[in-house]
Amino acid sequence: MDFLRKKFDQIRKPFDKGGKLEKFAPAINSIDTLLFVPNHNTHKGAHIRDGVDLKRVMVTVIFALIPAMIFGMYNLGYQHYIQLEGTAPELLKALLFGAGKFLPMLVVSYGVGLAIEIAFAVYRQHEVNEGYLVTGMLIPLIMPVDMPLWMLGVSVVFAVFIGKEAFGGTGMNILNPALVARAFAFFSYAPYMSGDKVWVADAYEIDAISGETILGQLAAGEQAGWSVADMFIGLIPGSVGETSVLMILVGALLLIATGVGSWRIMLGTVIGGAVMGLIFNALSLNALMTFPWWQHLLVGGFMFGAVFMTTDPVSAAQTTKGKWIYGILIGVFAILIRVFNGAYPEGMMMAILLMNVFAPTIDHYVIAGNIKKRKNRLKAA
Amino acid sequence: MSQDIRVKKGLSIKLKGQAALTTAVADRSDFYAIKPTDFHGITPKLVVKAGDEVSVGDVVFFSKEDDRVKFTSPVAGIVKEVQRGAKRKVLAVIIEAKSEDSFKDFGAANPLDLDREAVLGKILESGSFAYVKQRPYDIVANPSDTPKAIFISSFDTAPLAPNYAYALKGKEDAFQAGINALSKLTEGNVYLGVNSSEATFFDKVEKATILRVSGKHPAGNVGTQISNVSPINQGERVWTLNPQGVAIIGELFLTGKYNPTKLVAIAGSKVNNPQYFSLKAGQNIQKVLAENTVTEGARVISGNVLTGTQITADDYLGFYDNLVTVLPEGDQNRFMGWLPFVGSGSIHSFSKTSFSWLAGNKTYDLNTSLNGEERALVVTGEFEKVVALDVYPLQLIKACMASDIEKMENLGIYEVIPEDFALVDYIDPSKTEAQVIIRNGLDLMIKEVG
Repeated sequence: MDFLRKKFDQIRKPFDKGGKLEKFAPAINSIDTLLFVPNHNTHKGAHIRDGVDLKRVMVTVIFALIPAMIFGMYNLGYQHYIQLEGTAPELLKALLFGAGKFLPMLVVSYGVGLAIEIAFAVYRQHEVNEGYLVTGMLIPLIMPVDMPLWMLGVSVVFAVFIGKEAFGGTGMNILNPALVARAFAFFSYAPYMSGDKVWVADAYEIDAISGETILGQLAAGEQAGWSVADMFIGLIPGSVGETSVLMILVGALLLIATGVGSWRIMLGTVIGGAVMGLIFNALSLNALMTFPWWQHLLVGGFMFGAVFMTTDPVSAAQTTKGKWIYGILIGVFAILIRVFNGAYPEGMMMAILLMNVFAPTIDHYVIAGNIKKRKNRLKAA
Repeated sequence: MSQDIRVKKGLSIKLKGQAALTTAVADRSDFYAIKPTDFHGITPKLVVKAGDEVSVGDVVFFSKEDDRVKFTSPVAGIVKEVQRGAKRKVLAVIIEAKSEDSFKDFGAANPLDLDREAVLGKILESGSFAYVKQRPYDIVANPSDTPKAIFISSFDTAPLAPNYAYALKGKEDAFQAGINALSKLTEGNVYLGVNSSEATFFDKVEKATILRVSGKHPAGNVGTQISNVSPINQGERVWTLNPQGVAIIGELFLTGKYNPTKLVAIAGSKVNNPQYFSLKAGQNIQKVLAENTVTEGARVISGNVLTGTQITADDYLGFYDNLVTVLPEGDQNRFMGWLPFVGSGSIHSFSKTSFSWLAGNKTYDLNTSLNGEERALVVTGEFEKVVALDVYPLQLIKACMASDIEKMENLGIYEVIPEDFALVDYIDPSKTEAQVIIRNGLDLMIKEVG
C-alpha cells in the first residue's frame, strides 16, 4: 500500500497547507480518508483511542442495507416481468433489469448529495461528515422506481439544504434527511409518488395492471392481493428497499449485533405497531382495520422504517428511556395514520417525521427526572 | 464499618507493559521541578529566586489567592532557574539537587491529639496540602472550607495503573496516620474505597469508612465512589486524595518531615522492564527512562494513558502522578482501516463493529493513533455505558460546549471532573475530547459561580 500512499500524497500536494488549492482540502481529504484511515495522533484528551470511527459506524449501516437493496433490485425486475409479461423471469434477468433501473437513482442521489456536502465542507472549512453515505443510499431505496431522475435530484437538494445544512450540518438536523427527501417528493410530485402505476417499473405503459401496494388495495376496500409469504420475502410492489422483510431483518441483525442501530427503538416501534394493530383488529370497522395486526408490520415499509429510519441517532431520541417511548409512539402513529387516512398509506414516513420533531421533547421529560432527583437531593441536604 | 459498591458500567482496557511488583533503584536525579501548571487554577507567588538554597519542605511559591496554600521543595538543593512562558507565566521552578537531602522540621505529632486547626496548620505549613484536591472543579482544596466528606480510592482501574497496596508496602503506619489527620478535617466521614477482589492492608485501616468496590474502570475512580455514597450538591465540597498523598501527610505527622517520595510505576509497551521506581514528586525522569525504555517513536506520559499529560523523555514527573507510561506513537495511515471488523486483532475497540470484544482478556499494544478524525457528535447511548455516574453524559457535554450554566448545573456539573469522562474520549467514534470540554465547563463555573 506504500506505493498507493505515495502516489496519493503526490496528487494531493496542491491541497496541502500552503498549496494553491488549500481551500479545497476538505474535498481531497474526503477521498483520502476513504482510502486510508489518516495518520493523526491524539494531542488532547485521552492518549489512546478506540478503533471505531464515524466512517466505520456509517459503513456498517450501508452493509446492513445491502441485502435489502440487492433483493429490491431483483424484485424490481420480478414485478416488471410478471406484471407486464405475465411470466416469472430468470434470476439474473430480473436482477439486471432492476440494477439498470436502480443504479442510476443511486448515482444521482450520491452525486448530488455529496457535491452539496463537499461544497458546504469547503465553505465552512470542516471535514466532510460521513452521514450522507447512509442518507444517499436510503433515499433511492424509498423512492418509486419510475420517478424521473431530476425529481430525485431536486428532492436530494431539498433534503440536504433544508433538512440538514440549514440546521448546521451533520449531527444538528431535527428530521431524518432521507425522509425529508421523500416527504418533499411526496407533496411536490404526488402523481409520481402514489397510485397504482408507480410501484412497478414501466407500469404506465399498459392499462391493466395490479401495481397497487397492499395498503393501496386495502384503502380502496379490496382484499390484499398477495400472500403472506410474498409479503415477508418481499415479492410485492413497492419501493426498492422496503418490500423484503426478510432482508431487512438480516440488516437489522447486523445493526443490533454491532450496536450501531438501537434495538430499543426497533423493538419499541414493532411493539407500538403491534399494539395499535391489535386495537384496530378488535374494532374491525373496515378492510384496513381488519387486516391482521402482524401483517400490518410486514407491509407499507413498516419494517424498513423501524430498522433503518427510526434508528438514525441524530433525529431520534437520545436517552435510553426516551428511545423506548420514541419507538413505541412511532409504531402507534404509523398504524394510526395508515388506517384513519387512506389517502396516506405512507403512515410510517409521517409517523417518523412527527416523532423526529417530538424526540427532543421526549428527551427533555426523561432528563427532567434526573434533574428533579438532583434538586430534591439539594433540598434534603 | 463498610459498604459494598458494584459498578456495572465501564471498560477496563488491558495494555501491554504492566509494571511488575518489583522496585528498582534509580540514581538520584540532578534536577527536580515544581510546576505551577500541575495545580490547576493556582496563580503562583514566587518566594525563591535562582541561586537560593532550599531544604526539603522550604516554600518555593504560594497561592496568590490564599497565602496559606504553600508549595514546597521536594528536594534539598539550589534553585537553578525559573522557567517562564508567555506573559511571564511561571511554568516551572527547577531545583538542582545536592547529593544529600536536608529536611525542614515541622515537628512530629499524633494527629489524634491535635485539634482541627493544628492538624490543618501543619499540613498547610509543610506544603502537603497540595495533595488535597477539591470536588467540584478538580482543583487544590480551599483550606477555609470544611468538606462534607473526604474520599480516597486505594486502587486504580485505569490502564497500567500502579498498585497502591504494593507502593505503600512498609508505609502502612504512615497511611494510617494520614487517615487519622484527615479525619480531623471533615465534619463527615473519611471514605476509603478498596478493591473488593483483593485483600490488602487497606481493608483494616481505621478511622475510615471502607467502601468495598467491584467493577471495571472507572470503579477505582474516586468520583465513581462518591456518586454512589454521597453525590455532591451545589455548594457542597468534598475533598479527595491519592493514597500516596495520604501516606506523605502521615509521614509528616510521624516524623515531622515533608517527604514527597513515592513508588512510581514505569509502564507501557515501550518499557523493557516495566516495574516500580522510588521517585520524588517533580523528579527528572531522564535517568530512569534512559536505561529502561525505547523512547524513539514513543510518547512519554506522566500519568495514565487516559488522563495523563504528555511530557518529553528528559522531563519531570508530575506532582500528582504515580505512573509514567511510554507508548508507541501512531503515525500510520491504515488502508481502508475504517471497514468494520478490520484490525480487530491489534486495535482494541469497545464497539461491536470490531471483534475485539470476543477476546476478553487480551492485552493490547496500542499506540497513540486517533484511529479516525474528529466529527460532529452523532452516536447516542454509548457514553452512558462508560460514565459510571448518575448524569446524562452527552447532554452535559453539550451543555458545556454551549456554556449554558443553568443547564450544566441541572445536569450535574458539580459531580464530575474530567477524569470521569476519560473513557468517553476513548470510545467516541466522533473523537470528541470530552475531558477538555468538561475542564472548560468547570473553569467557566469557577469563574461565574465560584
